[in-house]
Amino acid sequence: MFKKITMGAVAVTLAATLQVTSASAGESLYVPQLSYRTGPFAAGGTPIANGFGDYLAMINARDGGINGVPIKTDECETGYNSQKGVECYEATKGKGALVYNPYSTGITLQLIPKAPVDKIPVFSMGYGLSAAAVGEKFPWTFNYPATYWDQMSSIIKFIDSQDGGIKGKKIGFIYLDVGYGREPIPLLDILSKKMGFKVVKFPVGVKEMQSQSSQWLNVRKERPDWMIMWGWGAMNTTAIKEAAKIRYPMDHFIGNWWSGADVDLRPVGAAAKGYRSANMAASGADFPAIQDVLKYVVDKGKSQVKDRSEVGTVLYNRGLYNAVAVVEAIRAAQKLTGKKVIDGSDMRLGFENLDLSAERMKEIGLPNFALPIKGSCKNHGSGGAIFLQQWDGKKWVRTSDGITPMTDLVRAALVKAADKYVADKPGWQTQTCK
Amino acid sequence: MDFLYSVFIGPFIDMASAPDFLLQVLWEGFVAGTLYSLIALGFVLIFKASGVFNFAQGIMAVFAALTLVGLYEAGVPAYLALLITIGIMALLAVGVERLILRHMVNQDEIILFMATIGLSYFLIGLGELIFGGETKSMITEQLGLPTGSTTVDVAGGIVILQHIDIAAAVIAVIMVVALAVFFNITRIGRALRAVADDHQAALSVGISLNQIWAIVWFAAGIVALATGIMWGARSDVSFALQIVALKALPVLMLGGFTSIPGAIVGGLIVGFGEKLFEVYWGGLMGGGVEGWFAYVIALIFLLFRPQGLFGDKIIERV
Amino acid sequence: MFYREAGQYKTSYKEDSAIFPILQDRIAIWFYLAVAFVIIPLFGSEFLINSVMIPFLVFALATIGLNILTGYTGQISLGHGAFMGVGAYSTYKLVTYFPDTNVVVLILLSGFFSAAVGMVFGLPSLKIKGFYLVVTTLAAQFFLEWAFIRIPWLYNYNDSGAIEVPQREVFNIIVTGPDASVLSRYFVVLSIVVVMTWIASNIIHGRIGRSWMMIRDMDIAAELIGVRPLFAKLSSFAVSSFYAGVAGALMVFLWLGAAEVESFDVNVSFQILFMVIIGGLGSLVGSFLGAAFIWILPIVIRAVPRIMGMDINASTVEQLNFMIVGALIVLFLIIEPHGLARMWAILKQKLRVWPFPY
Repeated sequence: MFKKITMGAVAVTLAATLQVTSASAGESLYVPQLSYRTGPFAAGGTPIANGFGDYLAMINARDGGINGVPIKTDECETGYNSQKGVECYEATKGKGALVYNPYSTGITLQLIPKAPVDKIPVFSMGYGLSAAAVGEKFPWTFNYPATYWDQMSSIIKFIDSQDGGIKGKKIGFIYLDVGYGREPIPLLDILSKKMGFKVVKFPVGVKEMQSQSSQWLNVRKERPDWMIMWGWGAMNTTAIKEAAKIRYPMDHFIGNWWSGADVDLRPVGAAAKGYRSANMAASGADFPAIQDVLKYVVDKGKSQVKDRSEVGTVLYNRGLYNAVAVVEAIRAAQKLTGKKVIDGSDMRLGFENLDLSAERMKEIGLPNFALPIKGSCKNHGSGGAIFLQQWDGKKWVRTSDGITPMTDLVRAALVKAADKYVADKPGWQTQTCK
Repeated sequence: MDFLYSVFIGPFIDMASAPDFLLQVLWEGFVAGTLYSLIALGFVLIFKASGVFNFAQGIMAVFAALTLVGLYEAGVPAYLALLITIGIMALLAVGVERLILRHMVNQDEIILFMATIGLSYFLIGLGELIFGGETKSMITEQLGLPTGSTTVDVAGGIVILQHIDIAAAVIAVIMVVALAVFFNITRIGRALRAVADDHQAALSVGISLNQIWAIVWFAAGIVALATGIMWGARSDVSFALQIVALKALPVLMLGGFTSIPGAIVGGLIVGFGEKLFEVYWGGLMGGGVEGWFAYVIALIFLLFRPQGLFGDKIIERV
Repeated sequence: MFYREAGQYKTSYKEDSAIFPILQDRIAIWFYLAVAFVIIPLFGSEFLINSVMIPFLVFALATIGLNILTGYTGQISLGHGAFMGVGAYSTYKLVTYFPDTNVVVLILLSGFFSAAVGMVFGLPSLKIKGFYLVVTTLAAQFFLEWAFIRIPWLYNYNDSGAIEVPQREVFNIIVTGPDASVLSRYFVVLSIVVVMTWIASNIIHGRIGRSWMMIRDMDIAAELIGVRPLFAKLSSFAVSSFYAGVAGALMVFLWLGAAEVESFDVNVSFQILFMVIIGGLGSLVGSFLGAAFIWILPIVIRAVPRIMGMDINASTVEQLNFMIVGALIVLFLIIEPHGLARMWAILKQKLRVWPFPY
């Protein structure tokens, strides 16, 4: 029986590999898409996957690909689970994958050490390991437009600019108690010493995501002046509801950019008025490129969106922005190497030379969509491009210009963390930057 | 010394110095406790009648809530959607009995337990296939459930009572009373207790096991629906909600697998205990102790009473 | 006809109590080993070895561990995911403190840590039985999950909270870390699993194993005829967690390469319990069959639409996957509650009597 099963599996897998190799023999740019439309975090994963896939489909439909070479995508369901994520990676990496967008900090951590070995860059857009933004130590990992640490420092900077400064204040940090949520804590600790504020931490376990009454009782007990949230999925709505319940002042509650989606706030509605969150890309569909997505993809029924109104929501646009960055990196790589069909190493160069300036964004059809990203060999996090949005009871309103992170301080901390990561890995591939 | 102080004295001073906050903590514990009891009740019903430890209870709650919201979003009026959902839970009950239980008479407990895990996988897949993975908000107002909150002035502070929480407590009480009446007065209820006591004896006096199982699963389905609505109204309806159901397990251990009052008392002990511990002692251990605290309380209880507080005494024969 | 012991005479007790008393079985086992050690490495693709075979072997080892406890001693545990975690984290600490020691030795040593933890959480089993015990093992699961997060020492104060596998060599061949070749990792996993399976088989057929089975069949009766429940139950918890711990260490060091708590959560415990039940309680062969079924089936289901050329969304496949796996589990339990191992035995019986009906 066992043999039969294994042999069956072998046959199936072999057949699958053969099938795909023959299919990808034609000229194409292969961008595997790791997504999660199932599992406890599906509510966030679905619009991201839609935005990402739809933009690539639009480029294929409108322009026939990038410089004439069609993009081939392949969606693989991870369910936000690291093991399945690695399985997806193993199943697709042999087919000429150009880049991986894992969309989970857990999966990113697994892929970071594999990237230099397989020579495929990992692009964790606004998530993942912050230290990976240090280009000298992590040549294959990219964190545009900003790391979690950049983001945290921007939020702290914003708080510092309000109500007479942050000194002597008490900051509550509520976070999903997994790698993702704990990621910014080291920086928060550094900042609290430097700027003289107190931090109280409120971890929310994955199992308690939807029953946070204890955490918020603690918030009521501690009475922090500001609350910062690193939440995801069902945790966000519950947290905002509980905050409303204990009558925490909403305009002193700031989420990071994974805690500010339309799906998170809509169920709370007017009670969440004043809640702020960070973001990297504008919401709304009034951009020529997004109109093209609607025209070439969504209205033709080629998209997986349930409803036309999903286009333009925060997470949809973020997925789309991710696809824009990938497409532009491919373009940059093609230009640099002179090749039309590129490979992972070329793609890495493309990312290092990525230039999403305001003019370029306008050319693409996304004017003022996001703050500029300028890639470099040294800095794989770009370190900018964070703005705040505020919930007005019905929708998100952008309320601030770009808040630049405390770059020097963050960079120093990142370099330290990167050195630590690399320290016990003797064969780790690094690079020197001019 | 500081440590001992913060364990044995500090928390009590905190409690005494802010009595309004203590009351709020107790209230939250009470609400959480009733909701845990409600989930545990679904487990107890099924375990009593069929000896099946129904792991799928949590996902049944999610499934029921999703069906309700999904129907409403499809344009069905709220109360009609509620009725249809109850109908679907009845179908599910009959389906489980016909397709699973009937074929597994006389199997080991663990095998039946595994089958319910299989069932929960199936329901997860089916639920996501039909309703998608998006978070949905519960149609609280449309069902006539109260929203909003009341502030009570106590001891120089305030206690905030959410109306939905009060409603949850009331509904939990109604469900328990209704089930108690059902078990004690109706013919089916008596048959049910007979089955719980002795399958073979019940069969020999002409009670249909299959019918009873379907009824019990249906009752558990309704309890699941109530749970789903209440948790959904507090946070949201998503598949992450099924994890909450795991909290019912320590409740069951405390109360005993076969006792309805046990489920209630166990739920309240866990609810009060974990909120108090998390708020006043959790900080000492870095917080987030709620995940295991209930299990540890239950474990300690079990060491002294291996059948739970209200469970049937375990008699072993050689 | 094909599988007969006729003509195979045993001339000593040793032969009579051999693990594989029948020639055909011995041939078969050599054949399987040949496939595993020679054919698969020669012809298997990287995906097959890395994402199918290595996880399968790791889970098979964990399943053997849980089977020792559940199948042979009759104590159900839903804490084995966390016990795997204990193995993984303790290997990580050992590797940090003893960078020059052979990593395979450290992986095996880590089993002792998880055995100790398993014994502590096994103590309630002396008093608590059945489903109540299930829930106490869940207490172990959740407590350990919490500890893996809250004790930063366990992951060397990494900012990410994850354990990242450093590079280590055995006889100048890199076996852990990102640069380790798939084959070297595969051979290490395979060798450890084969040796540990052989040891498990010997323990189970020996005095300790028999005392476990007596406890399983009726603990009071076993106690009356002189089996010490304390020793039997705790030794079972210890051996079982030892296997789980080694499996966890293998999982992180030779398969995943990095892990967060999520890799050892309660779903893993469920998955292993599934493997035990589907494979067959109290059967080593069953442990392999169960692990293969639960691990490989979803991979096959995921691959099917692609091969058939059907255009189905990845998410739909995943949802169908859940439904199919769920339905198959129920179906299996209805058709053969004793698991794949029993089917295997029936098949052997059929082969023996063929072409006659009995």
